[in-house]
Amino acid sequence: MPDETLLSARGLSLRFGAIPALIDVDADLWPGEVLAIAGESGSGKSTLLNVLSGRLTPDDGVVWYRDTQAKLQDVHAMPQPALRALHRSDWGFVQQNPRENLRMGVSAGGNVGERLMAQGSRHYGRIRDQAADWLTQVEIDVARIDDLPRTFSGGMLQRLQIARTLVTHPRLVFMDEPTGGLDVSVQARLLDLIRGLVRRLDIAVVLVTHDLAVARLLAHRIMVMQRGRVVESGLTDQVLDDPQHAYTQLLVSSVLQA
Amino acid sequence: MTRIEGYNFAYLDEQTKRMIRRALLKAVAIPGHQIPFGSREMPLPYGWGTGGIQVTAAVLGQQDVLKVIDQGADDTTNAVSIRRFFARTAGVRTTTHTSEATIIQTRHRIPEHPLTENQIIVYQVPQPEPLSKLESSRVETTRMHGLAEYGLMHVKLYEDITRYGHVAISYDYPVMVAGRYLMAPSPIPAFDNPKMHQMPALQLFGAGREKRLYAVPPYTDVRSLDFDDHPFRATRAPHACGLCAATDSYLDEIVTDDRGGRMFVCSDTDHCETRRARGHVGAQALAAE
Repeated sequence: MPDETLLSARGLSLRFGAIPALIDVDADLWPGEVLAIAGESGSGKSTLLNVLSGRLTPDDGVVWYRDTQAKLQDVHAMPQPALRALHRSDWGFVQQNPRENLRMGVSAGGNVGERLMAQGSRHYGRIRDQAADWLTQVEIDVARIDDLPRTFSGGMLQRLQIARTLVTHPRLVFMDEPTGGLDVSVQARLLDLIRGLVRRLDIAVVLVTHDLAVARLLAHRIMVMQRGRVVESGLTDQVLDDPQHAYTQLLVSSVLQA
Repeated sequence: MTRIEGYNFAYLDEQTKRMIRRALLKAVAIPGHQIPFGSREMPLPYGWGTGGIQVTAAVLGQQDVLKVIDQGADDTTNAVSIRRFFARTAGVRTTTHTSEATIIQTRHRIPEHPLTENQIIVYQVPQPEPLSKLESSRVETTRMHGLAEYGLMHVKLYEDITRYGHVAISYDYPVMVAGRYLMAPSPIPAFDNPKMHQMPALQLFGAGREKRLYAVPPYTDVRSLDFDDHPFRATRAPHACGLCAATDSYLDEIVTDDRGGRMFVCSDTDHCETRRARGHVGAQALAAE
């Protein structure tokens, strides 16, 4: 593992009125690594994801990102255009509900091609070829390239969102419950797909999930959060096989054994 | 025609004209960028050219010669009314000849006769925001303009090519001005877009209801959006004008009877009349008289 982190957070704190959403959170992410943030709802997982990705500004603390020129950038001090450019190219964001990210009135090909066009791609044929290539990679039939997303199933929508996000070859992808709301067999297939893509393309992922099985399948390391604090973190297998903190033990023991 | 009493020259009071001129100076300084202005109530309804008429009033001088066209024609209600409005409130000379005019107010066309450095063309604009159909939030489109994020517009072009095999925008075809701002050229046909590129005349745009002004200074690059492998093409009806036989002008299709009879004629009436005066005769010219 390289010694230089891709993303580092130190002392993140954020309050929503009287409610502390994050309390003194540190996090590190190395290139190509998958980091899971686990915990029950309301524990601050999604807030942490939004702060790490610069979509929310913390009251306190700093997030450093090492850009493609190996320069450290303070994510929350970056000018708005630079941050938006980062979100369009080097970063990706996969939402739990793909409808929030996709343009439902635009064909699958247009959805995948949008980030390319936003980056200045102006060759219709090449944009289309890349869109077709990505649809294949996420196991969507290329014949559906001109269909509107509203004719797609939930699992297909999620895969389309992933294609749309990965088309610019981001180095870092934030995922918020990517398998939430899908039935179990579709979940398994999607997890398999994400694991394959992430490994092959060497993408670093920050993954928010309440599902420890998802974390175990995908993540190298895990952070367990409770009421805005990180209560335990470490290698996924280590944390899940031998939980130290009482809350982690509770989480692990409450998973149904199939 | 003599001026009517009780009104300031060209209807608007001088303070309003100064306000509009200040906005216009700003617009010329930032080509293609929309400038807000305090649009006034005018004695005609929104959608009939309240923006254009205010811009014309603000730039009109006593020596100016005014031409007003509507869909290329000098003789339609909108054109006749606005021309008469300025004849009565400013007492300026009016004309229907493109080459004689110093200010041309237009709705939906650019004259076929090339404009010169001594002319100003004023466009009436219903919707100044080129992204309005794709992004309804003003806040968001302002941000997109600020950061020059125009990928969304290309998504629209991509969708058109995918669905119809070509870009299916026949009027108000979006353009990039001076390589920076995406601009709505007002509802002129895409056929007229190339005329805006490096035009010697000053181009001013007024949207009265939306309270926005913008401008393209003389000799500015105006490029219609396209893809490298699907370049922009100006299209026109593949016919010759029935009256003057022109094959290079923009044509209107006119229904002539209730038995399916129709003819194509120049939408620019001045262009057509000038050609006919020079002896060009179209296939249906005799029947039309």
